[in-house]
Amino acid sequence: MASIEVRDASVDFPIFDAKTRSLKKAVLGVVGGRIAPNASKVVVVEALRGITLDLQHGARVGLIGHNGAGKSTLLRLLSGIYEPTGGTASVQGRVAPVFDLGVGMDPEISGYENIIIRGLFLGMTRKQMDERVGDIATFTELGDYLRLPLRTYSTGMRVRLALGVVTSIDPEILLLDEGIGAVDADFLRKARGRLTDLVDRAGLLVFASHSDDLLRDLCDTGIWLEHGQIRMQGPLDEVLVAYNNRGPGPKRRPPAGGGRR
Amino acid sequence: MARTPATRHRSRSWGLAFDDLARGWRQQELWGHLGWQDIKQRYRRSVLGPLWITISMAVTAIALGVLYAGLFGNRLEEQLPYILIGFIVWAFIGSSITEGAMVFIANERLIKHLPAPISVHVFRLIWRQTLFFGHNLLVYAVMLVVFPQPLSLASLAAVPAFALLMVNGFWAALLVGIVSTRFRDLPPVTVSVVQLMFFMTPIVWIYEDLLNSTNETIATRARLAELNPFLHYLEIIRRPMLGESFELRHWVVVLVITVLGWALTLVVLRNYRARVSYWV
Repeated sequence: MASIEVRDASVDFPIFDAKTRSLKKAVLGVVGGRIAPNASKVVVVEALRGITLDLQHGARVGLIGHNGAGKSTLLRLLSGIYEPTGGTASVQGRVAPVFDLGVGMDPEISGYENIIIRGLFLGMTRKQMDERVGDIATFTELGDYLRLPLRTYSTGMRVRLALGVVTSIDPEILLLDEGIGAVDADFLRKARGRLTDLVDRAGLLVFASHSDDLLRDLCDTGIWLEHGQIRMQGPLDEVLVAYNNRGPGPKRRPPAGGGRR
Repeated sequence: MARTPATRHRSRSWGLAFDDLARGWRQQELWGHLGWQDIKQRYRRSVLGPLWITISMAVTAIALGVLYAGLFGNRLEEQLPYILIGFIVWAFIGSSITEGAMVFIANERLIKHLPAPISVHVFRLIWRQTLFFGHNLLVYAVMLVVFPQPLSLASLAAVPAFALLMVNGFWAALLVGIVSTRFRDLPPVTVSVVQLMFFMTPIVWIYEDLLNSTNETIATRARLAELNPFLHYLEIIRRPMLGESFELRHWVVVLVITVLGWALTLVVLRNYRARVSYWV
């Protein structure tokens, strides 16, 4: 059974500027540390703070929050790309992250080959992908184009291909980041059907989006992130209402519950 | 979609370091495919394709073989095989290190978008270099026809020797890769050092000739080459490929460095494995 258990996790990014990401400075910093005690201080961005989550098989969670609230970072934390700098994150089950449809695509090789590679990246075996290639080809409606190098494709055609592969796999934990645009409306309707199927097959879904409609389609609970902290967690409709009524202008920082600053 | 066995993200642990290596190894289909892809990519739309690897190696070795045979006054049938094998082996060693420095930096997008053990990228690198090596062996095969070497059963020592090169290339790429991701000055430094070591290592110049030089100064200088670890890496494989006798000391040095190198790399992997995705 897929499950996600996060306890008081935080993700801190060191921001190395040209000065600190250099061996010379690190060496000199040790030698001459006294002269400039602050010179070796690395700026740290707290992307996530005090995140506690308990998601079980069957959860359909929508991540809500404005740009920079930490949605993508949280998805990467859940996928295991970032291990928390504080607290713990325990993830059980095969994770399929769908963050950027373009990553792992090679413009010089054919559509068919890209289907196989993309699948391997998502943790499928070659054999599994060979079985699915026909189905994906039908779905993408790309026909003989699949024999041509990917660089001859339009943006929309690439998105079709990527969506076709992504929606053909069987993940236990599906992590979706928005940005699935650039397709014509007809195709999107078709893709939405497949997306829903995929979500049904997956044991657990976490979906970050700005689109209330898509969120209502795919999720039942919501998490509102603000400044890297969970502002609210509950049934999707309640969270969406609260989020949409948050008032205009710059919002106040939530009380720092356990978070340092 | 790596199968994560209830990973407690207590990032700095030996278990997770070894787990990274083991899971990376199991994703052979992925890095095996990508390694091939890298090679095919480079020669896409060219008529001869990856055969260009073989051809350019042959051209370099023949040209330099003729040149240095003349310069040093050596016989061509001695100088050319020596240079050729030196080049083939150095291509593997040098590229494993210089490309190792970029192994995570160059894969930033993959690392930030797909959860995979970081060792996958190193496996891909070593596999790619092994394929290059394989293509270059064709030149060696042709050379054996033109300039036959006194090969014997003992020449099979080249096989474990190459295995050792792979094992060492792996830790070197992983180690340099992790440190380079944090300190971006390291890649250019690595390129310079590898370039320098190419000249310090007996590849175009024949080590034993200089050792036995009648000029005492040259002979003394040449002996310093023993301090160069790359000499030993080269000799464990070049000697059998030239049908020369087995020299235990080269193997001992290589084995000791292998153990020390892996020990150091494992410590770095344990402590900084989880930081790579933050640093890239």
